[in-house]
Amino acid sequence: MLTLNNLLALTPVILVSAFAVLVMLGIAWRRAHSGTVLVTTLGLNLALLSLFLVGTMGRVETPLLIIDGLALLASGMILVSTLACATIAHAYLAGYRGPKEEFYLLLLIGAAGAMILVSSSHLASLFFGLELMSMPLYGMLAYSFRERRSLEAGIKYLVLSAAGTAFLLFGMALLYAQTGRLDFEGLVSALGIGAGENLVSLAGAGMMLVGLGFKLSIVPFHLWTPDVYEGGPGPATIFLASVSKLAVFVVLLRLVLLAPAFQGAWFLDTLTVLALITMLGGNLLALQQPNLKRLLGYSSIGHFGYLMATLVVSNQFAVETTGVYMVTYLVATLAAFGVVTLISSPYTGEDAAALHHYRGLFWRRPYLAAVLTVSMLSLAGIPFTAGFIGKFYIIALTVDANQWWLLGGIILGSAIGLFYYLRVMVTLYLVEPGMRRRDATPDWAAQAGGLVVILLAVLVIFLGLYPGPMVHWISILLLGY
Amino acid sequence: MILLWLILIPFLGGLLCWQADRWGEQAPRWIALATMLFVLGITLVLWWLGDYALQVPATGESLSWGLEWRMDWIPRFGISVHLAVDGLSLVLVGLTGFLGALAVLCSWHEIGARVGFFHLNLLWILGGVVGVFLAIDLFLFFLFWEMMLVPMYFLIALWGHSGSGGKSRIRAATKFFIYTQASGLLMLAGILAMVFINYSDTGQFSFSYEALLQTQVSGSTATILMLAFFIAFAVKLPVVPLHGWLPDAHAQAPTAGSVDLAGILLKTAAYGMLRFALPFFPEASADFAPIAMTLGLVGIFYGAILACGQEDIKRLIAYTSISHMGFVLIAIYSGSELALQGAVVLMLAHAFSSAGLFILSGQIYERVHTRQMSQMGGLWGRVTGLPGFTLVFVAAALGLPGTANFVGEFMILFGTFPVAPVIVVFGAGSMVLAAIYGLLLMQRVHFGPARADNPLAGLDVREYGMMLILVALVLVFGLFPQPLLDTTQATMIHVQALFQEAVPAQPVLPAGGVE
Repeated sequence: MLTLNNLLALTPVILVSAFAVLVMLGIAWRRAHSGTVLVTTLGLNLALLSLFLVGTMGRVETPLLIIDGLALLASGMILVSTLACATIAHAYLAGYRGPKEEFYLLLLIGAAGAMILVSSSHLASLFFGLELMSMPLYGMLAYSFRERRSLEAGIKYLVLSAAGTAFLLFGMALLYAQTGRLDFEGLVSALGIGAGENLVSLAGAGMMLVGLGFKLSIVPFHLWTPDVYEGGPGPATIFLASVSKLAVFVVLLRLVLLAPAFQGAWFLDTLTVLALITMLGGNLLALQQPNLKRLLGYSSIGHFGYLMATLVVSNQFAVETTGVYMVTYLVATLAAFGVVTLISSPYTGEDAAALHHYRGLFWRRPYLAAVLTVSMLSLAGIPFTAGFIGKFYIIALTVDANQWWLLGGIILGSAIGLFYYLRVMVTLYLVEPGMRRRDATPDWAAQAGGLVVILLAVLVIFLGLYPGPMVHWISILLLGY
Repeated sequence: MILLWLILIPFLGGLLCWQADRWGEQAPRWIALATMLFVLGITLVLWWLGDYALQVPATGESLSWGLEWRMDWIPRFGISVHLAVDGLSLVLVGLTGFLGALAVLCSWHEIGARVGFFHLNLLWILGGVVGVFLAIDLFLFFLFWEMMLVPMYFLIALWGHSGSGGKSRIRAATKFFIYTQASGLLMLAGILAMVFINYSDTGQFSFSYEALLQTQVSGSTATILMLAFFIAFAVKLPVVPLHGWLPDAHAQAPTAGSVDLAGILLKTAAYGMLRFALPFFPEASADFAPIAMTLGLVGIFYGAILACGQEDIKRLIAYTSISHMGFVLIAIYSGSELALQGAVVLMLAHAFSSAGLFILSGQIYERVHTRQMSQMGGLWGRVTGLPGFTLVFVAAALGLPGTANFVGEFMILFGTFPVAPVIVVFGAGSMVLAAIYGLLLMQRVHFGPARADNPLAGLDVREYGMMLILVALVLVFGLFPQPLLDTTQATMIHVQALFQEAVPAQPVLPAGGVE
């Protein structure tokens, strides 16, 4: 039964949901773009603060949800990403002709869904959270629906995501048929040790992996990614690349850690192969991309390939690695997409994502270009950026677990990845006079969105130079897992 | 603390240069020059004050550093900011400061665009290199090792020359970056494997050099880990099958980039082998030594032969670097103190002579606007001073007695002979090739019929000064290398002792072999 304690532990989710309702009522009462953003960010900040309070309560379990270190860390990252998303969206949507305020409503609902997803301990709440997060995303991706690509992105994501959901449900049904339980604990005990060899539960686990793999764009299920990344409006893409991926990955990690059906040798081999083709495939496909948003989409595929190594190893250290890697990936990705969105702000139709828009950016907007450079370096895993700490963890994890194939894949993938990260970087510094250029507004740095992006870049460098505290806090948070 | 400043000064100077762009073109240049001279000055003071000759460890077991500085960084993994200096690293840091100043000087007129950003990159490379030479925490070492690639990449990609045959500078820069980064990750895996082995032994994470030195790695694991380190260093040295990036990077880089690459960046690899690869895995290295020496020999010939066939003057010099580094590789794996000391001398000598040649080719380029030797010819009569200096450095490169290169090569061959006579015999034969490519260079650039009659601008004070200093250094170390040998002796004895322990009482030569 729900106790007061349980309710308190759910404060962050409740706050986000309450502010979603508030934003909705606000829109009904009077449309005000800046006001809506203010309310949204206020809600997100309050939720973030309440996370610290919840953090002092220790591990709390409700019938459907579990609030532990992993959930707290992931919720924190979700809230911060959503916050960045909302501030950047403010600059972006300023030029949008249609209704602007609903975007923040969708954003808040999506964030609430993601928070439920990362703390779910029951297949029902898993499904509920996943859908609560995905549904607003369809709307966000197709937000500028007069733009053909945006609409296409939304519908593509809707259709494929629905297919993924069908797989997920089928998998859950198979597991349920096998055990009669839906909560993770119950599943574990009912499946027993030999579940890895049982065909039905293996099929169920496989189906669920396919369903979640769609959302994570693991390689055979990645086909939607570039189109959706390219077509979606900037802020929606940010949300998709950060919050949605993070939340799904966390829940997948939870499943793999807990359920024996996910730990059979056969299943782990499958995961290893998937991880390998994901890291290599993502990086290879990004090589010749002339479009920055597509390139970042493929790069995120590659990064989740590296991250899947933690699923294969799945021990205490793997959880810590996931935490660190997620943080480092998130700051860099947010900064990169943030710059793309700012360049395309205010909204005037299609986003400025073609790489040639960025030629010589450094000589026009040195700081914006520096931010993008730093985030590219971080994504490539170059020392003194946060990305290196993440890569360091992943490599340490594979070395520690003697996963030499994965290690080889990571090294090869990084080498391939460098090629296109460097291509983007050097583009920023080349001069090509007389080209039509899209550019950020002159006062971009004075706006909230600009500040967020600069802050993220500073964070990338800071975490790279002085990762001690981050590593310390993450290991403390996740220690009790 | 002074060690930390040695690293920080170039980084801060670089930032200052970037911002100084707004005060005009000259400001970044002077700031950069002052920064590098400052680093050089600090090193010289440290050398003068410390007595590195006396640090010979009694048994080869204990390590003693001239200066040491340490601060906790990531306690979770026992990573600390741990810097230390001994004779070897001090010499190399000094070299970095000196060549850094030269690099700034030689790009004084060559670089006209985005001067501040150029010097930011230049100084950050040097800062990274100094970091590599000073760091004795392996995490920190790796950080600097990888970090210096980024500014080098920018240097080649943004200020480089487009090469012959449609090869773009960005391509060359990317190739350089990918080669070194990928091999670097291999080394990171090696480092981590050592750390985890050490962890399972002691129950403590540590990346510190001393702790890892105590790690007992045995058998095939040691071989694999040694290879991981060796490949990373071999790419940068470069050892022949892994040298693909070097000619392109050199040919396309601006002069300052070439000077840094040949003068310092290649030396980080030799330093890495001496400091890490050999001491960590003495047994595995001793087993590997014949292969490594053979690779060195292949490199000597490969570099020399290909140098003879080059059209592009900078590619020619780049290939001679491969050849010279082959000698260094042989010396490192010979495990004799004499040869190891010779390697240090040769490293310095090569830094001076190749820097001289690269700067000269930069100066020729500024005058005739080509690097194709077929377009040159007859420069001797058209420009004053420059051909004479070229002759001096060519003579140094082919190891003429009296130059530092001769001392280095002689010590290497002499020291290696008892261990691997065959290698030495063949290696000495390559001297002929060195003479051929040296004379080819002189002949095609400076002699023969002139392309035009109009005289070209002579050397100005800055150019003359740089050349004179380099010539002086080549001659000083050629005629009086003892202070240098004293400084690095302790380190080399340590390396040699480790190596000798690994090869228990091997007969040096078959009896009667010398008659």
